[in-house]
Amino acid sequence: MAQPKTSPNALRPSRWLTPLLVHAVLGSYTLVAIAPVILVVLNSFKGSQAIFQQPYALPIGANFDPIGYTTVFEQTAIFRYLGNSLMVTLGSILLILLFGAMTAFGLTEYRFRGRGFLTLYALIGLMIPIRLATVSILKLMVALNLQDTIWSLIMVYSAQGLPMAIFVLSQYMRQVPSDLKDAARLDGANEYQVFWLVVPLMRPALATLAIFVMLPIWNDLWFPLVLAPGEASRTLTLGAQQFLGQFQTDWSALLAMLTLAIAPVLVLYLIFSRQLIRGLTAGTVKG
Amino acid sequence: MLRPNKSRPRWHIAVFLAPALLLYSIVLVFPLLDTLRLSLFSSNGESFVGLSNYQRLFTDSQWWPYFWRALKNTVLFFILHMLLQNPLGLLLAALLDSKNLRGRSIYRTLLFSPTMLSFVIVGFVWQLILSPTWGIAPAISEFLGVRYRPWLGLESTSLPTVALISIWQFVGIPMLFFMTALLAVPQDILEAARVDGASAWQLFWRVKFPLILPTVGIVSILTFIGNFNAFDLVYTAKGALAGPNFSTDLLGTFFYRTFYGFQLQLGDYAMGTTIAVVIFLIILFGSLLYLLGWQRKVVTYEL
Repeated sequence: MAQPKTSPNALRPSRWLTPLLVHAVLGSYTLVAIAPVILVVLNSFKGSQAIFQQPYALPIGANFDPIGYTTVFEQTAIFRYLGNSLMVTLGSILLILLFGAMTAFGLTEYRFRGRGFLTLYALIGLMIPIRLATVSILKLMVALNLQDTIWSLIMVYSAQGLPMAIFVLSQYMRQVPSDLKDAARLDGANEYQVFWLVVPLMRPALATLAIFVMLPIWNDLWFPLVLAPGEASRTLTLGAQQFLGQFQTDWSALLAMLTLAIAPVLVLYLIFSRQLIRGLTAGTVKG
Repeated sequence: MLRPNKSRPRWHIAVFLAPALLLYSIVLVFPLLDTLRLSLFSSNGESFVGLSNYQRLFTDSQWWPYFWRALKNTVLFFILHMLLQNPLGLLLAALLDSKNLRGRSIYRTLLFSPTMLSFVIVGFVWQLILSPTWGIAPAISEFLGVRYRPWLGLESTSLPTVALISIWQFVGIPMLFFMTALLAVPQDILEAARVDGASAWQLFWRVKFPLILPTVGIVSILTFIGNFNAFDLVYTAKGALAGPNFSTDLLGTFFYRTFYGFQLQLGDYAMGTTIAVVIFLIILFGSLLYLLGWQRKVVTYEL
């Protein structure tokens, strides 16, 4: 390792004191942020005796006991819940990205009568919390015979995510040089082929959007509770919530269920987080 | 130069726009308009009653005190978020913005992790930690020299405690917004200020902060909309009855209980939609106030 250059400044206290303070503040708050989660994960691998008597101990040796996990796997349809959550989340993201990109393309690429009105109409949804229309949405889903299906959830989340998608993607669509599109048209491409030419160029924006819409959909409790509470269509979040109610005394099982509910979203986040930050910064720094 | 052919209908435009606009209109716009309509009808949805549902909500002693309490709680919930969550997010973002900070991306990921968790997990974990049964909180308060009390279970402290948990969970959002804004501040402006002898403190408050003021506004309005919709955390930590004795009842939980029913009380669609419309109007009014009052006055610098 190279020796740090010694400058007169190196001796000034602010040179080493400031980073030290920064780390102290960030470090202590990080502890506050993750300690509860770590406590749950650690104790999920213990029997109830150890949970109470040694809450801070690592689950090793005599303390290790996977009884909680066995209970959860045996007594809940956790894989079905997980499958439902994945289908709802990924299905909604797919519809939001595809329909959002198509609309953004249509609204930015062509001039036609009513374009300004349609743009405004699509953006009003950014201000409207869809939850307030729950009573009418429930009636609508009953009328369409879609209540207690994951389709009702996919439809609601997609409708909710579209205004944001149209807003964000329109900004990016405008930056695609028109020379590129016109060249494709001269080569005989039709409008749909031009669209599919533009989509891959949006990849950073699409990734950012996917993560922003993913978290609220994955974690939502309200619409699963109201629209799809049935056993067959239950999402992981709702399944965990109802399991907690039934097993108030089985602490190992409770903590195991919570850990299992944390894991998938953590994995998804870790996969995407780099792109999220990259997409965010790419979106704000003006070129 | 390509000129669109005026005489031929351009069907592709409709093909591009139709799927999103149809879905959005059917599942979001139509239900919202229907909600407005339903609030003018009686509970069985048959007879038109004009504004009498609203009159009931604002004057009937069966409704008004409960609505008023939920409104007051929601306002307090929002104020606590504005006073603690957003300044904390700004502080963390400013610290993460310092140059040559080691482990920056690790801090960023870990600090954001509570934001990823579902309310079910957050509500339950904090119930557990703060419960006298498990003994974690009593042990920690003893260590810190604070007298332990079951903060979530007391009428006097339960609402601030729920707000603190919500702040703990969501501080990652303002942090992320402020971080992005700070990253966008051009280096040459900062360099110029440094050459002029500005200290780190002055650099932040005199140069960076004015430049990220628009983001402060966006974060505030997002907090406002989020808080006036809040429901999940109270529901998972305190149940639909928002105990103890409704002391954590927010507009969101009040709305849920009214339209969905609880225990022996049946759901009331008419009053549920009425409350929804009132919440909607509050959010709309707040958003407009922000757009006209704040957004217009704040100078956005072209960077």
